Formats: sequence, structure tokens, C-alpha cells
Amino acid sequence: MELFKATRSIPFMGKSHIAIVISVLLVLGSYALLFTKGLNYGIDFAGGTIVQVKYEGVAPIDVMRQKLADNPVFAGSSINEFGSPDEVVIRLKNSSESMTRDLGDVTREQLAGTGTFEIRRVDIVGAKVGSELREKGIMAMALAIIGILVYVAFRFEWRFAVASVFALVHDVSIALGAISLVGLDVNLDVLAALLTILGYSLNDTIIVFDRIREGITDNKKADLAEIIDESITKTLSRTTLTSLTTLLVVVVLFFFGGEIIHAFAFTLLVGIGVGTYSSIFVASPILKWFGFDVKRYHAKLSEKAAREAEKERLRAQFEQGVV
Amino acid sequence: MKLNYRIVILIFATVFGLVFSIPSFTQSGEGKKITLGLDLQGGLHMLLGVKTDEAVNSQLKSIASGLKHFGERNDILLDGISVSEGEVTFELLDSDDATVVDEHLKTVEGTVVHASEGKYTVTMTPEAVEKLKLQSVDQAIETIRNRLDQFGLAEPTVAKQGIDKILVELPGIKTPEEEQRARELISRAAKLELMAVDEERAMRVHDMSDAEAASFGDKILDDALQPEIRHLVNEIPILDGSMLTDAQVGYDQNNRPVINFSLNSEGAQIFGDFTGKSVGKRLAIVLDGKVYSAPVINERIGGGSGQISGNYTTAEANDLAIALRSGALLAPIYMMEKRSVGPSLGADSIKASMIALIGGFALVALFMIVYYGMAGVIANIALVVNLLIIIAVMALFGATLTLPGMAGIVLTVGMAVDANVIIAERIRELLREGHSVRKAIESGYDNAMRAILDANITTLIAAVVLYVYGTGAIKGFAITISIGILASMLTAILGTHGIYQMLENRMGKSKNPFKYFGIKG
Repeated sequence: MELFKATRSIPFMGKSHIAIVISVLLVLGSYALLFTKGLNYGIDFAGGTIVQVKYEGVAPIDVMRQKLADNPVFAGSSINEFGSPDEVVIRLKNSSESMTRDLGDVTREQLAGTGTFEIRRVDIVGAKVGSELREKGIMAMALAIIGILVYVAFRFEWRFAVASVFALVHDVSIALGAISLVGLDVNLDVLAALLTILGYSLNDTIIVFDRIREGITDNKKADLAEIIDESITKTLSRTTLTSLTTLLVVVVLFFFGGEIIHAFAFTLLVGIGVGTYSSIFVASPILKWFGFDVKRYHAKLSEKAAREAEKERLRAQFEQGVV
Repeated sequence: MKLNYRIVILIFATVFGLVFSIPSFTQSGEGKKITLGLDLQGGLHMLLGVKTDEAVNSQLKSIASGLKHFGERNDILLDGISVSEGEVTFELLDSDDATVVDEHLKTVEGTVVHASEGKYTVTMTPEAVEKLKLQSVDQAIETIRNRLDQFGLAEPTVAKQGIDKILVELPGIKTPEEEQRARELISRAAKLELMAVDEERAMRVHDMSDAEAASFGDKILDDALQPEIRHLVNEIPILDGSMLTDAQVGYDQNNRPVINFSLNSEGAQIFGDFTGKSVGKRLAIVLDGKVYSAPVINERIGGGSGQISGNYTTAEANDLAIALRSGALLAPIYMMEKRSVGPSLGADSIKASMIALIGGFALVALFMIVYYGMAGVIANIALVVNLLIIIAVMALFGATLTLPGMAGIVLTVGMAVDANVIIAERIRELLREGHSVRKAIESGYDNAMRAILDANITTLIAAVVLYVYGTGAIKGFAITISIGILASMLTAILGTHGIYQMLENRMGKSKNPFKYFGIKG
């Protein structure tokens, strides 16, 4: 089977302005959301308590609300259905430091008489741990991006690195915008998904860049736009297919992976979609805008080759004892 | 068909994967298995903080205790021994005793003594404070480990995190009741103190304020069994649990569980001295700041043993005895983070992620076969071996499989075929350009190699960062993704190359080699 049978290059670069407009709108929209609606930090980052309760039969959410309202500890807490009607999650903004009687115990006692239930999960994160985790999360994000920047600059050229990081920031921004839009709880699993998107989106970008690099070294042509079009066309099949296989499993994970993995799968779903789009439409035009010059790259390559050859020659001389 | 080194490596990898993943699949007793994370098997995960300042405070109290005993033994009048704001203060009434007192104070390690006109201030050196804080964390870890071992829970983990945090993981905890019991056991200060009741003022305890009590060098404590009763005791204990050598559950004459404790020789001597000269007075047995009993001393008690009676169930008495035996916590601990998962939720998570894994795998495998034909089949072989290797490596290294880890494996299924997609696309391209099958395969692998390496290494960078900065379950995700990527280099690149080389001749002789790669010529 074959889905992509392009015989000629598709003029991606000629249409790149359209993609850029779309991207700019999406990114701006995401930031607008992030600054107005903001992110809904879950307990991992904000601290707080989560109690997951499963009832025999449908959970009496209204009765539970009334019961919890009796105790001031539960002020500002929320009760939501979790995956199925007999399962609910209670989210509290506060946490407790007591070892002998924590908020999970309090919840259990408070819910007594609402039916037969089982407390399946209690997560308590102190505010201090939450802020620590948040700092660590931001550090992780920054470190991953820097690491990637350095590696790509080392393997390609600095403009490639900058272009790929632009694409990454683009992807992560839009993913965060989508998270804000649907009001997902941002916990550690979402951070893991964001970091996966970093790796994944870059994966795609690098495959395209690799072709561009190959096109530049093989071709005597000096028109970058042409080389880019050709490279994207040639890798289009692979880019979409790999995204497709990955999306397949993420969709399965989203629908069948269970409620706990939902936020993770959602973030990946958006991220992989955006990541694929950005590797095709965003990363390469940026490369051009940063003034990547094919001729200069050729000159640099031949200079490097000459240096290598000189080194080889010297080494050969040394080994033969001429020097 | 002929063997080549690549296919031999693939076969080895397959055998390796099979052999070491089987114990995890069958869950048989033999061999190393994958450990399931607490989120999958259920259990209790806690991050505990240690209030190290309290350790310093109680060290000062113990210095004060020692001073008091020293004064009584040697008939030296030390007045107003008290502990406040990081120092012990007292007044020496008879200056003739100054040299003896100074000599004694020199033997108390890690302290600085200031004395002027008989007024003494004893503080701890900053180094001693620092050391004590570190020690209190280490001691807490040791104590908690001890208690959990005696409690008989399966595979508890107690480890230090950072400078003053303790990670406790208890996979054996299944119900909220068990959890609560474990938490109580761990956090119990188990600080036993024997204190003298201030008989002169005991009558007035009910209308005395804490401040007033403090002005007499006393302290008001609640009764453990009857909260309305209050006891006025001397602030400086006669002795504390550090001199305890054993604590066992026994039964009193009414057949109620009690705890019998014994003291070491030093403790026994202090105890004997005190009881000897306090006949007719009361002795309060104080545990964690509550008075359990305050019997009247009838005669000198030698031998150094005593009894704590409370309204215990046997289980409670047992836990308390464990806590007393394993020693008091130098500093109280508190909960910083707790995650507890019931076993039924864990089982649900396993089920859900298995469905995702099998479903995802089936879809991807089907897609690869439909799209690439023979090449797809070969890629799928690599994928299966890849999964086996992930499980085998995790089992061998004793890595923990968490729910995010399962997600990582599912994701690997989607990403691992990537290398094969890249390679197959390259081969198709080269075939279309009119190259021979052999040439197309070799150049295809050559050209694809660089891109695959770069792409995988960048993903690996993100995974490593995630491992270093992630906590708990997230680390599991980083582990499976990393192993998956590394294994895919072996199986999807080297392994499939070997299979192609083996089939090369047959493909070459075929009239339509295109069909092996799912395209029409």
C-alpha cells in the first residue's frame, strides 16, 4: 500500500506564510488562554489532597456534598465523577501533616453513612513538596531543551538547533494552551507527556533536517527553499506514517487506558498532532529565516574536510616518522 | 538463506528476551521478576519530613536531666535548672562546688559553658547541632526500618531523600485500617519518660496555668486514659527511654495487656536511687507526653524494671512494645507527601493498560503488514522482540513497572516501528530509482542510520532528564522509554537488517521484488 506518491516536490516553502499565520494565531491564542484562564495545577504542583472513592452502585454525589459541607476542612473542595458513575474523586485544596490522622481518614469518617464504598486512592501532597516539584518540573523542561539544543547544534549547525527549539516551544505552547482550554489538572504525568512531546516532535523535525542536510551536501543547488521542499516531500510519507502509528496507540491509551492516564494521553494526543504539523510546516521555514546560507555551509564543509585531510596527512607523516 | 552476524545477534536477543521475561509473565517463584510499582499493586508511599529542631531541644532536656541527677548524687545544690531557647540555665548555690561542676560539664560533649557569679548557661556548639540534626534523620530511618521489620510487612522500603526527608514505601498495605496502623507505628515518638509528681503542688494542678507550672520547674500533662485528669510533674524527667533495654507485652492480674520494660544498669541505678528516697510519693510513667499511670512508690525499686498499663488491645500493646524496643525517635516526623493506592485500583490500572498495550500493538502490527507487506512482518518481529527485551531488562535490573511505565511501553510500540518506517521508505525510494534489492537494502540502512540515531538520541536526552528530575512513578516512564529506545536500536535496526540479508537472495531472484515492500513495481 502507498499513500504518498509524490513525483514532484510539493511547494511547502511557497505556502509557508499560511502555516506561519496559523501557527502564530495558535501560539498567541494559547498564551492568551494561559494568561487569562491559566493552568489548573493539580496537587502534584499546588499541594492538596485527592481522595478517590468507589461506591457499590451509583455514587450519591449530592449526599456526599452535603456531608462534606458539615466539616470546614472540606471548604472549597470539589467532587467529580471519575470515569464511571460509581466512582468519584474528591479534590481538596489543603493537605495535612499529621501521621496518625490525615485527610484521607477524615474523609472516610465524614462519608460514613453515604453507602457502601471503598477508598481506592488517597494522595496528599504538602505545599512545600508541591512547590519543589514545580521547580523541578520547570528545571527538567529547561534542561531537556538545552540538552537538545546543544546536541542538534553539535550534529547539524546552530541555526538548525534554534529552528528546532522554536518548533519545540511552538508545540509545547500549543499543548499547554489545549490543556488550559479543557481545564485539565496539570500533574506530574502531564509534565512527563510534555517532555515526551519534546522528544517526539524533535524526532520528526530531525528526520526532515537530516534530509535537508543530506540535500545540501549532495546537491550543488544553492536554493535552500527547493532543497527544503524536496526534503519535506521525501520524508512526508515517513513523518505521517510514524505519527499515525504513534497516534494509534495514544488514541487507544486515551480511550482504554483508564481514567488515571487520561490527562497524559490527552496531552500526547495534542502534542503529537501539533508536533507532526510543526516538523512539516514550521521548523524548516524558520531555518530559512534565520538566514541559513547553503553556499556558506558548503564552504564551511569543504573547509572542515580540508582540515581533516590536513590532519590525516600530518598523522600519516608522523606515523611514518617523516616529521 | 544464510546466517549472518546480525541475525545471530537478533536470535540471541530473542532468546535473552524470552528467558528473562518468562518469570514476569508466569509470575512463578523462580527467577527475577518485574516489580510492580505501588500504583499497580497497591500500597502506601510516603515522604516524611523530620523536625530536626526538636531533636536539639530534647538533647538539651537530656543534658538538663543529667545535671539534675549529678547534683542530687553529689549533694550539690543546682537551682532552677531549665531549658529554653536553645540553652540550659541553672544557678550554683554554693560556689565551693564550682570546680566539681566545671569538671562535670567538661564531660558533656558538644557544649559551650558560660558561667558568671554562679549563673550557668550551657549551649550546644553549632557543629554539635548540625551533627545531631543529621543523626536524628539517620536515626529516624534506622528506627522506622526496625519497627517495620518487626511489624512483619512485606518488602518495606525506607530510604533517605535529600538531607532531611525519608521515603517510605509499603507494598504490603491493603486496607485503610492497615495503613493507619502502619502510620501510627512509624510516627510514634515512643518517648518513654519517668517523671516525679510534684506532690507539694499537685493539689492545685487543676487551676494552674502552664506558665505558672513552668515557674516552679514543673509541667502539666494530660492523663492518657482519662482526659479530664491532669498531672503536675517535674519538668526534668528522672530518666528516659534511651536507657530502656527491652519492652515486652505481658498481662496484668486482670488479664489485660500491659507492657513490661527493663532498664540498663545505669537506668536501674538512677531508678533505684530515685525510688529509694521518694517513698510515699508518686512516679508518673509518661509516654509521648501523656501520663499512663502514676503509682505511689512503696519502696525502693531495684532491678530496673517497670510496667506501662493502659487500656490496650493486644495489637496496640504489641505495636507499642515494638516502638519502645526499636527506640524513640530523636525528632518527630511529619507527612510531606502520601500516596496510597488500594489493590483493586491497581488491578484496574493493570487491566486498562494491558488492554491499551494489546490494542495498540494489534493496531500498529496490522497497519504495518497492510502498508508494508513482508517488510511490515519483519518490523513486527522486531517489535515483539523489543517488548520482550524491555521486560527482560527491567526484570534483570529489578526496575519497577509503574502505570506511567506501562504507558511508556505502549508508546514504545508506536515509536519503535519508526525506525522501520524510515528504513522501508528509503528502500522503496531506492527501488523506484531502479537499484537492485541488495543495493536498495544496504543503502537504505546506510542512509536511514544517521537520521534514526539523531532522532533516538534526542528522545533519549528528554528521557534521561525525566529520569533525573522525575519522582516515583514518572521515573518508571523514563526507564521504559529509555530501554525501549535502546532495544529498538538493536532490534529494529540491526535485527531487521539481518532478516533482510538472510532473505536478500530470494528477494533478488524474485521477478517482482517490490511486493516485499508493499508496493507495486
